Amino acid sequence: MSKTAEQTPTEEMEHPVSPYLRMDRIPHIWCPTCGIGTVVRCYADALEHTGVDLDKLVIVSGIGCTGRVAGYMKLDAFHTTHGRAIPFATGLKLGRSELLVTVFSGDGDLVGIGGNHFIHAARRNIDMLVILVNNFIYGMTGGQNAPTTPTTARTSTMPFGNFERPFNLPHLAESCGATYVARWTSLHVRRLTKSFREAIDRKGFRFVEVISPCATLYARLNKLGTGFNLMRFYHDNAVIDHNADTRDLDINFQDKIICGKFVDKERPTYSEMMHEHYRKTLGDKFVPTPEEGGMIRDTEEKPVSKGKKPAKSRKSKASVSKSGKK
Amino acid sequence: MWLNAVKYWRKPLDFDELTIPHGVVHIIVDRCKGCGFCVEYCPKDVLEMSEEFNAKGYHPPKVVKEGECVNCNLCEMICPEFAIFSTNASDNGSGTQSK
Repeated sequence: MSKTAEQTPTEEMEHPVSPYLRMDRIPHIWCPTCGIGTVVRCYADALEHTGVDLDKLVIVSGIGCTGRVAGYMKLDAFHTTHGRAIPFATGLKLGRSELLVTVFSGDGDLVGIGGNHFIHAARRNIDMLVILVNNFIYGMTGGQNAPTTPTTARTSTMPFGNFERPFNLPHLAESCGATYVARWTSLHVRRLTKSFREAIDRKGFRFVEVISPCATLYARLNKLGTGFNLMRFYHDNAVIDHNADTRDLDINFQDKIICGKFVDKERPTYSEMMHEHYRKTLGDKFVPTPEEGGMIRDTEEKPVSKGKKPAKSRKSKASVSKSGKK
Repeated sequence: MWLNAVKYWRKPLDFDELTIPHGVVHIIVDRCKGCGFCVEYCPKDVLEMSEEFNAKGYHPPKVVKEGECVNCNLCEMICPEFAIFSTNASDNGSGTQSK
């Protein structure tokens, strides 16, 4: 950064998104014309405009191109094992109910490897925002067939074209019980930002699918040009229909993509149901997790002083080992 | 009804008070990967791909219509590399850094 700042006067100014990113890791590894960077910019803009407390915000990612978002955003971020972003986020939400938990991952990670977790998190209506960047393919591992690859599209494991039926993700999410379901492409930057803003304010399992171009694998294997051509394709073929039935939202190969906000309803979340149920059955014996966060025992003074000691010993051990190595 | 409304459409009451915003485009040249999204989707066609190369060997965009930018921020939102942004021309300089 400091080197570029010296070269030209316009580069002295910081990009407006830089407070939300770990700028020492930028430029990122995503390919030219990949759409994930756009989605990250829209998410950062939504955070800026909703005024969320960034100390109470957690972002959880799985593995994959989109899984790297957790590493690039300057938030409390967790980069988990493949497909297990949602179970990790579930535990986080149950343990620290005051946090706003966002799961930011790809299609292969969330509905391929971790498909079962996705279904059950939506069924239980766990209070989390799931942003799924759908590029129709396993990008990072070399273009394998994903559960979202449209029929007849070529992938590296289906060189003669895919013959499987892909997932219709908004329908899957709605039928499992999600409270907010939307789909946009990475071209719809304003609507996507608005959708993120709405979803941040809602409760329950919120699901936003973002169709994003994959230039290096999906477009190349299917001879569709680059991500630039895919963006033009979205421009010509994306249809906005907020009242569409989610059963009709299948994406066929190079066919129209129906976008919009399909579901926006209220349902009691997992924590609310749990608290209500235990209050009924256990009565006074039930001690709920405090809303302001943390476990009740942590607020007492004694464990804090205990917690400091091992930290010191850890430091001293580390210094010893370092000096020993030298 | 609707056609009449188009035919005899009136000027907004605060028409004289409205001003078109002016923006200044800032391009972080060495971060660009030359995807061309900003050039394609700029509503005022302010940008164009340049002939020159940046440090990575891509062609970054350049501003060809200075002063036509309306500070809509579309290039900033659509750029996947966080390499372009626009600021309001009137408060150009250090004041925009904190945003």
